[in-house]
Amino acid sequence: MSQFLISLITTLFISAIAGYLGSLMFTKRMALVGGPLGHLALPGVALALVYNFNILWGAFLTIILGIIIIWGLEIKTKIPTEALTGIIFAAGVALGFLFLPMDHAKEALIGDITNIGKLDMILSIIFSILVFIVIRKIYLKFILIGISNDLAKSEEIDSRLYNFIYLICIAFIIALEVKIVGTFLPVALVAIPASIANNLSKNLKQYSFISLGVGALSGLIGVLLFKQTGFPAGPLIILTATFFFLLSLFYKKA
Amino acid sequence: MSNILEVKNLEVEKNNEKLIKDLSFKVEEGKILTILGPNGAGKTTLLRALLNCIDYKGKIDWKVSNNEISYLPQSLSRKEFKRYPISVKDFFHLKTKKDKDIIEILKLVDLEDKIIDRNPSQLSSGQFQKLLIAWGLVGDPKVLLFDEPTTSIDIKGQETIYALLHRFWKERNLTILLVTHDLNVVYGYSNAVLCVNKKKLCSGIPKKILTPDLLEELYGTKVKFYKHEE
Repeated sequence: MSQFLISLITTLFISAIAGYLGSLMFTKRMALVGGPLGHLALPGVALALVYNFNILWGAFLTIILGIIIIWGLEIKTKIPTEALTGIIFAAGVALGFLFLPMDHAKEALIGDITNIGKLDMILSIIFSILVFIVIRKIYLKFILIGISNDLAKSEEIDSRLYNFIYLICIAFIIALEVKIVGTFLPVALVAIPASIANNLSKNLKQYSFISLGVGALSGLIGVLLFKQTGFPAGPLIILTATFFFLLSLFYKKA
Repeated sequence: MSNILEVKNLEVEKNNEKLIKDLSFKVEEGKILTILGPNGAGKTTLLRALLNCIDYKGKIDWKVSNNEISYLPQSLSRKEFKRYPISVKDFFHLKTKKDKDIIEILKLVDLEDKIIDRNPSQLSSGQFQKLLIAWGLVGDPKVLLFDEPTTSIDIKGQETIYALLHRFWKERNLTILLVTHDLNVVYGYSNAVLCVNKKKLCSGIPKKILTPDLLEELYGTKVKFYKHEE
């Protein structure tokens, strides 16, 4: 299997599932916490590069650690979540730069799809499918939590549990994304496709599948552009998604 | 008739402030109980405690299981639906997957089936309230809890909502707990009343116990009210 094919398949799976996951990020809390998660991957990536293990695990480790610290501090101190995530995010980035080997800085910051191995591809496919199944199961209930927490509670939906499941899924997908778009852009691939879908769809089915489709399409076009131009794929994917977003604004007004 | 709900020595506290103090009452099966009280009296808090949405002390004993109770919170407004491209059909899919059932229940509350593809935020406030009643009725609940169902509707719309509720109460043997400020509703539609202002002030049959003196005590001012003749 050629490197290009491995990169392409991995990118397709991850960008599709990132888009799908993003369609649930519309609750305020999730947008706040989800944003900086990618940056939290930086210290993990730095560690992985220093000690020479797969950056996927490094990224996942520090993202989960960051989430636990934010949640713990939130319960203990009652400081608003946005302030806490801001602080933890800044500390994470600072710590990352302390250890990051500078000859690998570009890979850590904006990703490098030529560095994706076969194992990464297989892991990406497995995790993408797993996350898809889990999110599909909680989808409607999660939307109800977003509409009214009281209503969700009266339907016996435990919002804390669902929020936690969702965060874990986000952590996995963002860790996977690091290889493709680096640690600074992953949340864009989660947020932009959903914003596009929100402009175009009338019901939840359209919404979730347009999110997934736009994610995949941005990934595909980004990788093809990379092959043509030689620019790094990560920024190309995000810019493609942004371009689609601008197009969707015109459609919405029409 | 047996009691469907028994509440004993209920206390709810938030930030060291007692929102409900030592409240005990019973609700007979098949009653329409109105919970009456001024703003900040703890009415919504009481409903949320009854649904186990918040922490409380004391005993709340339902004779029905949780999924036989349907709740429509005051905080649920059309705006909340704007953020998602959710259709009426999607909203009902939370409770039933059968489209036939959805259309049937929409008909029961006089809503046209063409609204099924619209976003709830695009409905009028009267239509929206009917939609919520329909949603609450899916799955044949035994108890309905309504928190100020007609706050944002004009008078004619309010009449329709209460008439609808009354009709379903009769047809389906429901027990309804209703929070409202509207004394006309109390006299016109309910057959039991519970007055609260953090603690219980009175309970019983509306026409017997709601005297001008009591209403003055409850709301802290003279209240004009109309006693319906039999």
